[in-house]
Amino acid sequence: MTYSFELPLLILLILTAGGAMFVKDLLSAVLILGSYSFFLALVWAWLGAVDVAFVEAVVGSGLATVFFVLTLFGIEPRDTLIRRTPPPIAAVVGLPLLGLLLLYAANDLPAFGDPASPASTYVSPFYLENSLADTQTPNVVTAVLMDYRAFDTLMETVVIYTAGMACWLLLRRDAR
Amino acid sequence: MIESRHDSVIVRHLGGGLIPLVQIFALYILFFGQHGPGGGFVGGVMMGTSFILGILVFGPTDRSTVVAKRVAEADGVGLIIFAAVGGLCLIGGGQFLNYAELEIPGLAAPSRRYLGILLTQIGVAVDIAVTAVSIVFSLSVVSGNGDSHV
Repeated sequence: MTYSFELPLLILLILTAGGAMFVKDLLSAVLILGSYSFFLALVWAWLGAVDVAFVEAVVGSGLATVFFVLTLFGIEPRDTLIRRTPPPIAAVVGLPLLGLLLLYAANDLPAFGDPASPASTYVSPFYLENSLADTQTPNVVTAVLMDYRAFDTLMETVVIYTAGMACWLLLRRDAR
Repeated sequence: MIESRHDSVIVRHLGGGLIPLVQIFALYILFFGQHGPGGGFVGGVMMGTSFILGILVFGPTDRSTVVAKRVAEADGVGLIIFAAVGGLCLIGGGQFLNYAELEIPGLAAPSRRYLGILLTQIGVAVDIAVTAVSIVFSLSVVSGNGDSHV
């Protein structure tokens, strides 16, 4: 197994994530975060989750960037430059150790695409075998989201509606 | 915050050409979501993004922003569409959101489910698009008569 595509992508992801954390100007950080989302969308597409890649590309690198930039326009220019204090010693030592622990624990995860893993043996085969006959929908993801798990999706829609309402209540200032 | 239309003629012309393309692509994503990648969520976000592009490029006095402001007042319509489809299933005698019970004569259960998925996807898309536009209006106060605050 070669990593000719994954390895440069991983390096770009780490570089953009680190850049967004270390850059001094908040506007630059927002734009670097947008490019990070774009690389993450490439990762999703590479893993075969094209629907998630779509959402990541549109929301992560498009919509979220616009929201961040509009927020930065609304605040004082001197507030967009941040002075970062050096991290405490405990974090510098502890967080890499935690990462090593997580890498060690990741050894026990089932391999990617393993047909015998619990995630692939429970309800996934039922959806894959029956969704086309049940719903005439070739895209299994859509069939699961909008039919088999429609109540979940309804509640997600409620969450998004609530988020819009909360922004409206907290931020609107054009009282007529 | 958005006080006038964008200064650069390049941005305005590119935006004017790009917005209809984005909207057509969003509709394609929405209505082709049952046969390919995409669906209500992405289609709605793209539709909202095209409106947002119009607001950012053409400023608060342009017709597209006025349309977007009207759109942003429709908060909750998509949710009502989604829940109403579920309610219609209840009226048909089934469970909530069980599209096989949609009372449409001459359609077999799979076709009813197909139709139910399509209608609820439209509901999700409307909800997401309206919410995205509404959040942009919340973040950057653009009043309809041209003068802006913040």
